[in-house]
Amino acid sequence: MKRDALIAVAVFALVALAPLTGESYWLRLGTTMLMYGVLAMSWNFIGGMAGYPSFAVAAFFGLGAYTGAVAQKLGVAMGSAWSLSGLAALAFAALLGVALLRLRGHYFAIASLVVAEVLRETVNSATDLTGGGMGLNLPIPAMRSVEAQAVFFFYAMLGLAALTFAASLLTRYSKLGFGLRCIQQNESAADMLGVNTTLYKVAAFMLSGVFVGIAGAVYASWVHYIEPPDVFDVLYSVKAIVMALLGGVGSVFGPLLGAVVFLGLEELVWRKFLEVHTGVLGLLIVLLVMFLPKGLLSLSRRLPWARRLP
Amino acid sequence: MSGPLLELAGVTRRFGGLRAVADVTLSVPEGEVIGLIGPNGAGKTTLVNAIAGVHTATSGTVRFAGEDITRLAPWKVARRGIARTFQIVQPFPEMTVLENVAAAAMFAGARAYGREAKTEAREHLRFVGLADIADRPAASLTLAMRKRLELAKALAMRPRLLLLDEVNAGLNASEVDAALALIRGIAARGVTVLIIEHLMKVVLSLCSRIVVLHHGVLIAQGDPQAIIRDSRVVQAYLGRRYAAGAEGEHG
Repeated sequence: MKRDALIAVAVFALVALAPLTGESYWLRLGTTMLMYGVLAMSWNFIGGMAGYPSFAVAAFFGLGAYTGAVAQKLGVAMGSAWSLSGLAALAFAALLGVALLRLRGHYFAIASLVVAEVLRETVNSATDLTGGGMGLNLPIPAMRSVEAQAVFFFYAMLGLAALTFAASLLTRYSKLGFGLRCIQQNESAADMLGVNTTLYKVAAFMLSGVFVGIAGAVYASWVHYIEPPDVFDVLYSVKAIVMALLGGVGSVFGPLLGAVVFLGLEELVWRKFLEVHTGVLGLLIVLLVMFLPKGLLSLSRRLPWARRLP
Repeated sequence: MSGPLLELAGVTRRFGGLRAVADVTLSVPEGEVIGLIGPNGAGKTTLVNAIAGVHTATSGTVRFAGEDITRLAPWKVARRGIARTFQIVQPFPEMTVLENVAAAAMFAGARAYGREAKTEAREHLRFVGLADIADRPAASLTLAMRKRLELAKALAMRPRLLLLDEVNAGLNASEVDAALALIRGIAARGVTVLIIEHLMKVVLSLCSRIVVLHHGVLIAQGDPQAIIRDSRVVQAYLGRRYAAGAEGEHG
């Protein structure tokens, strides 16, 4: 655990230097990577650790975005609005978890997939509060320049990613993480050994919701304008899963690495194959998952110098 | 003086139109080793599941240490001191042997996460003879070793009552002898044991009382020697040839 924490501190410190490049392109890409890192790490709590294939990331993201936006529209300060989004996602995950986590496997996946749709329709119809299909404008933070704003949101996402990572690490090396591993491998056996499976699963689901909710709110403030199809996009769920699987769900670093590699590939492929980039990207992912089912991090275990590491 | 440790009163379990267990009444005093026998499909595992909370009894009550546990969830039953092993062993395959036992110590056994649970787990692994392979993944174990692992897990739960569901199925003669010695060792610690078993040799050498289920109904219970001569039991389960052999051996 200490080794993981030290590596993480080094990585996050290095990433924190990115704004020094002064390139707004890299800053934007970095902010996006960190945001997706938060989504992938969050999915890992329920999908990786507990083994429940959740598609609820988009629901938490949209809920967070709209909670933050509406709160700011009603006059709440930006920082408080973000916290409020986290709390809303946390509470929503608790309620949703108690209901949905009774389902297993495909049934849970489908049920969690529908949640984002329901929220999207709800937000669409609550026109007075959310602006409905017209979307919602957010106040632009009072800062000197556009560049200063970009730097500010980069650090906001970095802080959130660090927080999510810390939560992952603490969970992984705790009784909660251990119990989740038991559930992932054999839920009825875990039940028999005295694991309060419902409580543990709901806790994992809440952890998978809270940081995504905040990320949604930060995103909303960052882009100044949100509309339902944008923030309740099912691709947030799908990408988070693909990233986590790509990096490897077994480790705390996997999802973060997956987010960076996925977005890197996306940028690269998009530039080289302008016409067919989604197809090429899809193919690449299929190949990676086929030949590296345990994710990119499993590669490190094949290197000779890595054998000695636990 | 307190009552029996486990008390079943009119326990019935239905699956649709099928009565898998019908009106079973049974009381087990603390410290007893009791054998549960019967033909395949007699409802033995269902009865164990009704005690452990997996398939809650449709009617009737299960009392453990004086408290009604009929409708408790399995994890709550486990924490009260009832451990069970499965006919088909259920380890956590990707965890090490040690982690498997530590999980039991931590959750049902209420040991602290980390060193305390692992120390306790090592003790139980030594007892069942798996200490040398504590760090191997559970999936790599042979069947006989997995059965021992199940026992170690069950012990780590610090049970007062241990439900053993065919722990000897699939083992060879010498493995069965080793398992017998282990179960004796567990009983000697004062743990009450209810054992489902097809090998009469095991039942006769371990148990002070035998209970016979047939079509979900408790058809006989009592002293092992009396049970193997009971005509209903012979007819339902043991068969005449076994009874004739037993007569020759014991009578």
